[in-house]
Amino acid sequence: MKTQGSIPLWRDARFWWVVGQVLVVLLTAIAIAIFWSNLSHNLQQLGIQFGFGFLNSQAAFDIGETPISYLPSDNYARALQVGLANSLRVTVFGIVLATVVGVTAGIARLSDNWLVRQLALVYVETLRNTPLLLQLFFWYFAVFLGFPRLPAHIQLPGPIYLTQQTVALPWFHTTRDTNIWLLMLGANLVLVWAWHWWDSRAAAPALPLLLKLLSTLVLTVAIALSVLESEFLRWDAPRIVEANITGGLQLSPEFGALLVGLSLYTATFIAEIVRGGVQSVSQGQWEAARALGLKPGYILRLVIFPQALRSIVPSLGNQYLNLAKNSSLAIAIGYPDLYAVASTTYNQTGRAVEVMVLISVTYLSISLVISSLINWYNRTVQLVER
Amino acid sequence: MTLDDAPPPALSITPWHWLRRNLFNTWYNSLLTLVCLWLLFQVLQAVLGWVFTQAQWTVVQTNLRLFFIGRYPPNLAWRIWLVLGTVVGLAGLSWGSLAPPRSPWFKRGVSIVTAIALGVAILLPLPLPPRLWLGAIVLLLFGSFGLGKRFATLLKPQLVWAWLGAFPILLWLIGGGLGLRSVSTNLWNGLLLTMLLATTSIVLAFPFSVLLALGRQSNLPVVRWFCTLFVEIVRGLPLIGILFLAQVMLPLILPVELRLDRLLRAIAGLVLFNAAYLAENVRAGLQAVPRGQSEAARALGLNPLLVLWLIVLPQALRVVIPAIVGQFISLFKDTSLLSIFALVELTGIARSVLAQPQFLGRYAEVYLFVGLIYWVFCYSMSIASRRLERHLGIGHKRT
Amino acid sequence: MRQWHSFIMATVLLGLSLAGCSQQQRQSQLDTIISRGNVVCGVSGELPGFSFVGQDGKYSGLDVDVCRAIAAALFDNPDAVEFRNLNAKERFTAVQTGEVDVLSRNTTWTMSRDTSVGLEFAPVVFYDGQGVMVKQNGGIKSLADLKGRSICTQTGTTNEQNLADEMRKRNISYTPVVFEDVNIVFATYQEGRCDAVTSDRSQLLSRRSALPKPEEHVILTDVVSKEPLAPAVAAGDAKWNDAVRWAIYTLINAEEMGINSKNVTQLASSSKDPGIRRFLGVEGNLGEGAGLPNDFTVRIIKHVGNYGEIYDRNLGPKTKLNLPRGQNQLWNQGGLLYAPPFR
Repeated sequence: MKTQGSIPLWRDARFWWVVGQVLVVLLTAIAIAIFWSNLSHNLQQLGIQFGFGFLNSQAAFDIGETPISYLPSDNYARALQVGLANSLRVTVFGIVLATVVGVTAGIARLSDNWLVRQLALVYVETLRNTPLLLQLFFWYFAVFLGFPRLPAHIQLPGPIYLTQQTVALPWFHTTRDTNIWLLMLGANLVLVWAWHWWDSRAAAPALPLLLKLLSTLVLTVAIALSVLESEFLRWDAPRIVEANITGGLQLSPEFGALLVGLSLYTATFIAEIVRGGVQSVSQGQWEAARALGLKPGYILRLVIFPQALRSIVPSLGNQYLNLAKNSSLAIAIGYPDLYAVASTTYNQTGRAVEVMVLISVTYLSISLVISSLINWYNRTVQLVER
Repeated sequence: MTLDDAPPPALSITPWHWLRRNLFNTWYNSLLTLVCLWLLFQVLQAVLGWVFTQAQWTVVQTNLRLFFIGRYPPNLAWRIWLVLGTVVGLAGLSWGSLAPPRSPWFKRGVSIVTAIALGVAILLPLPLPPRLWLGAIVLLLFGSFGLGKRFATLLKPQLVWAWLGAFPILLWLIGGGLGLRSVSTNLWNGLLLTMLLATTSIVLAFPFSVLLALGRQSNLPVVRWFCTLFVEIVRGLPLIGILFLAQVMLPLILPVELRLDRLLRAIAGLVLFNAAYLAENVRAGLQAVPRGQSEAARALGLNPLLVLWLIVLPQALRVVIPAIVGQFISLFKDTSLLSIFALVELTGIARSVLAQPQFLGRYAEVYLFVGLIYWVFCYSMSIASRRLERHLGIGHKRT
Repeated sequence: MRQWHSFIMATVLLGLSLAGCSQQQRQSQLDTIISRGNVVCGVSGELPGFSFVGQDGKYSGLDVDVCRAIAAALFDNPDAVEFRNLNAKERFTAVQTGEVDVLSRNTTWTMSRDTSVGLEFAPVVFYDGQGVMVKQNGGIKSLADLKGRSICTQTGTTNEQNLADEMRKRNISYTPVVFEDVNIVFATYQEGRCDAVTSDRSQLLSRRSALPKPEEHVILTDVVSKEPLAPAVAAGDAKWNDAVRWAIYTLINAEEMGINSKNVTQLASSSKDPGIRRFLGVEGNLGEGAGLPNDFTVRIIKHVGNYGEIYDRNLGPKTKLNLPRGQNQLWNQGGLLYAPPFR
């Protein structure tokens, strides 16, 4: 600065670079300080002290669906964990279902069958343009609560039972020996990996990796079958015993409505993304692939889709994030997700700030996990492309 | 089929040909068509059967006013009609001046549509005054459409200002004051409130989003971090959480004397949420402006603020318009969440109507009707936004 | 050029923080209300018989009439009330933060709400108890039969906690299905999702009358808890609390003295009974001591009626709800309603 004495201080970019930032920091700090003093003043008037100690006191309310064990005598922290487990459950299943439906609908929008195309269009435009909240009400009241009451039921092949109290699907159940099976299979993988690594220190491995894996796997399974009493997983179909459904995977109507509503709503956006992605692949690629004599199915799978994925995956990630966030609408139809449990906690303890912090941190972490997974996948897609 | 023995293209496609080509061209398409037809038949049968035989629509008919304007004083309803007229007139003008030129056949089509809409408006099962108002508004729409078409070149640059200028006037018409009898915000319910919440929030969120987007591109690291942090945190939270924050936390962090009305708190929450999302759109728009533009402007000796105001922002925001419309559509749907916070907007008034003793349990009819209202608005806006996008795209290429 | 952005940001932030600065002083809510010209009253807005919006867009119900009585006392105009819908969750925040002046939203008076939530309760306007409603042919005769069944209830209410406590005490496991919206609670029960629904007995009765076949539903004799429903105001404002309290006592006392909306004007001018004359503000200055106009009782009774009239209008036999008065009779007729003397 001194060497260029002719430039006044207020014309120097570096000066402003520093002063601007200091000002912003200062103002933010002042704003936060004002908010903070108001907050502590207001809390003091309400007779509430900030702190997370309340999490250890007894929750004393009941939760309808508990994927992890919970009793009203447990503390608030446990209740919130149950809520989180419920949220994650609907998010994971929802993402899978939405992807399947969305990709199907997206391809249907491009079908050469006029009727299929129009039906897909009607589906996408109807669900995309009405609020999710209303759709959830629709699924819950008109569909899931519309199923017959228990002695009566609707049976679909599978067998899948639809009743008002529960929707039962066939599912796998772990057996007594599942853990031992898992342990043996894991050990097998480690062994193969070690063997292969040892083998390939020299020039070329004697056996290809796949062959090693297959042979040892057969051996492991044979040993496991002869030593262990029960199978890896047991196929568990629901059945009706004395006017009650037992076995299988039983879903509550609240979970069912939320899952279906969320997935079908998100799927409409995914469908549009898939359609846009496929259409973004240039026409020449189709023509070239057809010229090579590939069948339409193969063209889509081998030529178009890998290219379309490039533009699809990032937007897909956004939709997954939306789905995770929208799962908080569960509160409207009585599914005890994280937000619902947290707001009950707030209601009983009056701790707005603490509950808000907990909600924010949890949802931000969920978002972070999803977006980093998507980013990772996105990188692999881009690499494959090259 | 080789090129030589290909038949000349048929001039008129018979229905039979059309069916063959579009529905039954291969065996699996035929199968698909049949399955779809069966599904369609089942669904339509169930739905139409319910709509015409089982449903009891009196709940909708007797509460129409509540759904649209809520508890707004009936004797002041003319003000809402005026507001609607202004909006429709402006919409017609914009539509007319932005629509591409069409064939004379299109003109005939428009007059037929006008006649039908007029007929529907006048024959609706409503008392006489609203029917007359509706009829007048249909006429106004097509009149202003024609006007917009006629003076397209003259009107086009003024449209944005007309909309912006109309906004406070409309608010004054609804809320009163300055000579008009004032109406408490507590009485603005139903669709009126939904519309107001959505428009006000997007209008207020817009300047914030521009600031955030600029801040995210700033070369001052601290500013960049703050803006990025804000945008990412808000985008990572569910809207319902943001609204909770606005409803519960805002009164706690503001001083005792500065108590915001619940409506204002809702708007604050929506603005916070939308500013973050819009900021990302604006940022994309800013990135789309070539660096050369601002470099050239600076070479001309414009100061940084003027470069931003005259060169960069106009180009960036133009690209962003369709994204803003998209954001507005999702905002319009998202306002339904406010019913969870006991705000009486469209979904909220539906819940109030469902509490009327004689209509307990009529939720299917009510929710279907409300869903239809949302759908009509969102769908027409999304069509408009697609048109706009195409229109702007053409403009972009030309310059 | 970028540093300009930070200035714009800085100005905005400064503006925000300046808006946050303002001096703090406290005056009674009563004075604020009188200068504002209306009472802001938090109600449910979704509860038949207590508060709901009619087709004409007007609120009616017992809770609503309590607010109208307060407005009548202050302004001689029962319509000087602004009603705000509040849900079960945010109702307390709304009172604490002064968003509503009075909460009249079938709120149970409990110790923790009175002492630690920052509320002050006015007298009870409705004595209720939590009950459980089931379908007649469902084979459920008592709480014990609900083992393994599902029970619908509303979140954010004492009902939710009382049920958990009661079932834990009796060691009965059940599935709670919990909703935000009371309409959805009953809609879900009606659809058959839940084997039982729990709520205040008054609500159960009123909702049962609205079901398609009321005779198919019974309310179990087990009473889970007592639920005195009372209006509430923010804690630490004795003046305003007194005004609300005595407006409500007026309703009860008027019924006890046989004064109603029809005969009140005539009694005020012609009655010789010193008790009535004092009560109606013809003699003495009871009202002024409470910061109210001296004829506030006349205003209330003239516009809104006495407690009996309010009850009959909203919940009585002529309405669809048809709730028997039960505990909500006057104390001298076997009920619990009792107003301290106006002296």
